[in-house]
Amino acid sequence: MAGQLVPLDHFATHKVLWRRLVQTARLCCGVPDYDNYVRHMLECHPDREPMDYPTFFRERQEARYGGRGGFRCC
Amino acid sequence: MNGAAGKILWALIALLGAFCLGTVALRRGEPINALWIVIAAVSIYLVAYRYYGMFIARRVFELDPTRATPAVLRNDGLDFVPTNKHVLFGHHFAAIAGAGPLVGPVLAAQMGYLPGTLWLIAGVVLAGAVQDFMVLVISSRRDARSIGDLVREEMGRIPGTVALFGAFLIMIIILAVLAMIVVKALAESPWGMFTVIATIPIAILMGVYMRYIRPGRIAEISVVGILLLVAAIWFGGDIAAHPTWGPAFTFTGTQITWMLIGYGFVAAVLPVWLLLAPRDYLSTFLKIGTIVGLAIGILIVMPELKMPALTQFTDGTGPVWKGSLFPFLFITIACGAVSGFHALISSGTTPKLLANEAHAPYIGYGGMLMESFVAIMAMVAASIIDPGVYFAMNSPAALIGTDPATAARVVSEWGFVVTPEVLTATAADIGEHSILSRAGGAPTLAVGIAQIFHAVLPGEGMMAFWYHFAILFEALFILTAVDAGTRAGRFMLQDLLGNFVPAMRKTEAWGPNLLATAGCVALWGYFLYQGVTDPLGGINMLWPLFGIANQMLAGIALMLCTVVIFKMKKDRYAWVSIIPTVWLLVCTTYAGWIKIFDPDPGVGFLAQANRYRAAIAQGQLIAPSADLRGMSQIMFNNYVNAGLTALFLLVVLSVLVYSIGAIRRARASAVRTDRETPYVALTAEQMQRYL
Repeated sequence: MAGQLVPLDHFATHKVLWRRLVQTARLCCGVPDYDNYVRHMLECHPDREPMDYPTFFRERQEARYGGRGGFRCC
Repeated sequence: MNGAAGKILWALIALLGAFCLGTVALRRGEPINALWIVIAAVSIYLVAYRYYGMFIARRVFELDPTRATPAVLRNDGLDFVPTNKHVLFGHHFAAIAGAGPLVGPVLAAQMGYLPGTLWLIAGVVLAGAVQDFMVLVISSRRDARSIGDLVREEMGRIPGTVALFGAFLIMIIILAVLAMIVVKALAESPWGMFTVIATIPIAILMGVYMRYIRPGRIAEISVVGILLLVAAIWFGGDIAAHPTWGPAFTFTGTQITWMLIGYGFVAAVLPVWLLLAPRDYLSTFLKIGTIVGLAIGILIVMPELKMPALTQFTDGTGPVWKGSLFPFLFITIACGAVSGFHALISSGTTPKLLANEAHAPYIGYGGMLMESFVAIMAMVAASIIDPGVYFAMNSPAALIGTDPATAARVVSEWGFVVTPEVLTATAADIGEHSILSRAGGAPTLAVGIAQIFHAVLPGEGMMAFWYHFAILFEALFILTAVDAGTRAGRFMLQDLLGNFVPAMRKTEAWGPNLLATAGCVALWGYFLYQGVTDPLGGINMLWPLFGIANQMLAGIALMLCTVVIFKMKKDRYAWVSIIPTVWLLVCTTYAGWIKIFDPDPGVGFLAQANRYRAAIAQGQLIAPSADLRGMSQIMFNNYVNAGLTALFLLVVLSVLVYSIGAIRRARASAVRTDRETPYVALTAEQMQRYL
């Protein structure tokens, strides 16, 4: 094993873990991952301008509690 | 973990679970440690997930990791987002966990910890997790449609409408029951009342910050919000002891009822970013944090269960709620073992985020196992309290009186020896004037949680802090549910009324908005008020209604699953959903029948109504009613509840008739007749990204 290079993502595990935690906490509040949204817009709809984060956040907040969303369990 | 080593490991886990469960069930006369229950539950969950959950996944549904889910097909980065399975698990669990699994086991503890624990474990494995998982897969293969749409599509338009109408009724009852738990916890408690009122300005501060100051920064302001909450709990004790402020924050149950009704109306009309959303964030983080903390606390403290395994109240004469073990234990436990409400989350919400079908057992089956584990912890928290204190806290004043001496004497006569000094000392420990007749589950659970947290982090006067922390934690997410539920109910009502008056559909217009909100608040407000003013404590009246409604919705969801299995021509596996369906239908219809027709006024709604009618006719007063007007109100309430129960039974039986029809047609057909969306294969790159 000696002399072998550590893979590039070896030190990134805690970062991934932290990112997942943040994603979970945000999703619990009805806000999906913003980076993922931007990537999706760039990949699939390059003609459309992605929303900036504040607009995205407000749009999601309205979507969660307006209309059918916001259903809570007992 | 395949191969021989894996098999041996699973066999060992199964043996461990069986051994612990045997110890829990068979050891009598000496107190057992809570760890036995926890280990028994966890090992049985693991084995059930590995074998039964996977059996359903492979044999019944033949889950296919190459099949594209709606999240992938309709990926828009907003509603439909393929999500990492652990992230989605957290989200799904946070959405299904609520007050139900915490309160149900606390109430069920009056029969001892054993019956409730056994049903929590068996029920979740064979019914609750099966329902959540199957509905998730069925919805995921049908474009992530909601349960109402699924019933309409697979069974017909009429049962679909009936199911939606049932869901609306259930929501009204749930809102009323949840609100009543808060009222019972906050009545005559200035400390609790102050902290709950303090959440309003804290939430508004957070809302304004996230809207205008640093938009969308949830984390930083949530930390500030939680610190402010802790400060509110900390200084709440001083406020409560203050000669001016203490009385100013002391309210009776009826006063808090009216405040809640007014608050529910205002909160549902206000813009969501101001109050509802930020409070939802606070309550979500606090809920998850407390649940994790409680699990760690139980592992560290390893408390002994003081409640007996079985009490004499299995015969149905219990002071907390009336009714025999079968069927009422199953109605009372409700959410922790099987909850119909999860069908609303498992269809519509979670499948829009499901990246791959192969994740469905983990999220659907596994998520519900976690919920059941929360219920097990609630059972532990209720059972480590001195049983004398438990019964003094949960019995209505009509039985145990209003002073510690009488209460201690009555409870001791039941065989749970307690002294008046213990009752007053417990009240003083938790910073309250009295602990008597605080039915509703929340205060009892808070005492249990406080004892566990206090054992981990001891300190002078910290018991009172932890008690009010636990009360706030419950009140916060219940109030969020009341806000959000009122809002959702308002839209449902506008939809419903829009069929007759099209103008009611305009959700943006102020007139219809206010009218529908007022209608929704009035409906749950009515049940809340009758529960709070009920002479037997309210829980005895409303909780069974809630349990029947919830289990009935689960029955409807499981009937849908059964129909779908037959339509898939998988008849030989239909027992997977038929067993829990039959059990739930038997429990709910039998319990509903008893609640309507039982001759005991403590149990049957009609008997209670007739008792009051007879007394009114003779001009007699039944304590604690002070006048005949209050008594005719109680009589009327009981007739309403009997009618509502009959309506629930009608809903569930009509869906049953339609399911049997659908199953017969499916069996007559030679080919599959279910409405699955066509198979679309994932690309290799999509497979790699999300699996």
